Amino acid sequence: MNSAIKKFAVAAASALAMVSAAHAADITGAGATFPYPIYAKWAEAYKKSTNIGLNYQSIGSSGGIRQIRAKTVTFGGTDAPLSGAELDKDGMVQFPTVLGGVVPVINIDGFKPGELKVTGEVLAELFMGTISKWNDPKLAALNPGKKLPDQSVTVVHRADGSGTTFIFTDYLNEVSSAWKNKVGKGAAVKWPAATSVGGKGNEGVAANVNRVKGAIGYVEYAYAKKNNIPHLQLRNRDGKYVDPDDKSFAAAAAGADWFSVPGMGVSLVNQKGADSWPITGATFVLMYKNPTDKALAQDALKFFDWAFKNGKQMALELDYVPLPDVLTKAIAEKVWTQIAK
Amino acid sequence: MNTSPADSGILADKNPLNFSKEQIMDPSTADSGMLDKRRLQTVKKQRLQDFIFHKVTLSFSLIVLVSLIGLLVSLAMVAWPTFKKFGIEFIWRVEWDIINEEFGAAIAIFGTLASATIAILIAMPLSFGIALFLTETCPTWLRRPLGTAIELLAAVPSIIYGMFGLFIFAPLFAEYGQPALQSTLGQMPLIGPLFGGAMNGIGILAAGLILAFMILPFIAAVMRDVFEIVPPILRESAYGVGCTTWEVVRHIVLPYTQQGVIGGVMLGLGRALGETMAVTFVIGNSQRISASLFSPGSSIASTLANEFGEAADFHLSTLFALGLLLFVITFFVLAAAKILIIRTERAKGLKT
Repeated sequence: MNSAIKKFAVAAASALAMVSAAHAADITGAGATFPYPIYAKWAEAYKKSTNIGLNYQSIGSSGGIRQIRAKTVTFGGTDAPLSGAELDKDGMVQFPTVLGGVVPVINIDGFKPGELKVTGEVLAELFMGTISKWNDPKLAALNPGKKLPDQSVTVVHRADGSGTTFIFTDYLNEVSSAWKNKVGKGAAVKWPAATSVGGKGNEGVAANVNRVKGAIGYVEYAYAKKNNIPHLQLRNRDGKYVDPDDKSFAAAAAGADWFSVPGMGVSLVNQKGADSWPITGATFVLMYKNPTDKALAQDALKFFDWAFKNGKQMALELDYVPLPDVLTKAIAEKVWTQIAK
Repeated sequence: MNTSPADSGILADKNPLNFSKEQIMDPSTADSGMLDKRRLQTVKKQRLQDFIFHKVTLSFSLIVLVSLIGLLVSLAMVAWPTFKKFGIEFIWRVEWDIINEEFGAAIAIFGTLASATIAILIAMPLSFGIALFLTETCPTWLRRPLGTAIELLAAVPSIIYGMFGLFIFAPLFAEYGQPALQSTLGQMPLIGPLFGGAMNGIGILAAGLILAFMILPFIAAVMRDVFEIVPPILRESAYGVGCTTWEVVRHIVLPYTQQGVIGGVMLGLGRALGETMAVTFVIGNSQRISASLFSPGSSIASTLANEFGEAADFHLSTLFALGLLLFVITFFVLAAAKILIIRTERAKGLKT
């Protein structure tokens, strides 16, 4: 009896200690929604092994930038990298954490994933509305032998501002001068097609594409794969048609010269390489060089260091692509050393 | 503890002298000067308590007023760059280009007003019928359960309506509703173009229909309440001279409650204008004004919900300007509703 009470007391005390320890050391971050699933998974595993928690709020890239500027969080997350000048102005460093791909998806009867081939220019024309029927000669020329329906194209895009849209429009901007002149790139753009529908979040776009016959949209790769929505095969810069998967995303990142741009903000769209998926992007973390709470900043770095080393399998499970070892080592040596201890 | 503050001031159970009510009220008992003095002290003390109580409650209600003004001022301050750049023209500019920072509120205002108008046009006759049935022709045993069911509809969170709208209503509407509308109303002159275009199941019309379901219980509940304030003597006299139920409603109930009914409708309109999540799910979220009600659009609230997370600098200021406009629109609608309801009640002598 006595020992039972004792045991209970010890358990309660240790539980209390755990709770208070977790509270004292929680790392806070806010920003991009794109990496939220993997940050959450890493955080869960990290908490198990070190008892230090991470509280990441997926409020959007601009929100993340606002929060880190307001110094309410230890790190901010953004899909659209800040320029070197902006980083210098705020005294911040920026580094990528994980890679992912955006895939164009369609809803045409009888087409399985990867059966329809397009080039970047044709994709831009589809999203601009200048190709308004699926049996357009330009599409037919790229897909000889395929029976394309006489169906109107309905463009489905993200209604909310999003890093996914940024990566996707960054690509269209790169491959089509008409798109560059008329639309541009950003987290939210003015969609020029006459029949466009906005969906909220990846799931909103996926739902609308699934529902509307003749729809074309774009989602993060994981959504297309999970919901088995037919994607398009894209012709990359080397003229090869590729399917999206972790290998083609990694191939796109392999050729990138990360330190050629201040703040590592290189664009990974339309990269060289026979296997490169052309709509690949990275998500970035922003931190102060001279943080107000130096211990917390070091905790955050420890978390990312742990994630880079132990979180690769988890990233792949969620259809992200982990950064190569060479790159993570370079980040630790060149970027993290700038943050004051 | 159920006594009002005025009572407790004089008759508090903590009364130190243990006077009964009569003793305090009756001056004849106050023959001793000593007693008089103590009573004076008590009165003074209680006056002070009353004074403090009054000021404290006053400050509580002032907080509401101050925060309202604060809200308006802060909205206006953040929105200022937008109005400075575009001027009053911002309200009717048809443009929403985030990258080039060219903004206008017309698209969102159009979507807001159009979806709310559709909602009112559908919800008003329906809720009128419901209220009429509940107050005039419903058997007494059914009145309670029916009334409760309608009020329960009002308690459904709006996100549920949105999900229902996108995943269940929209596919059915695209499959059956829209083709039916296009082949009938769409063929008519003048209103035909309203039902033209691609049939996706989502758009301004779908948003209006979902909104109609959302505001229906509100309007029906208000209408039922105002119908019930018609004095039975009027109603029974009308029945007595041989009026039919419809004649009673048309010539007695409606004229008597006219303004209250309008007030109820305006309350529903106010809710429809500001509804966010349900509309965001089904309105289609494209920044465009189109002749067809089938085509996607966007409302002020849906634009705010969609774009706030990724908005920065000038774009953010524009969203605040939109918010301010929504504030102004709903404020006028609700103020008009309040005035109409107060007028009805005053005319019937229920309130002075």
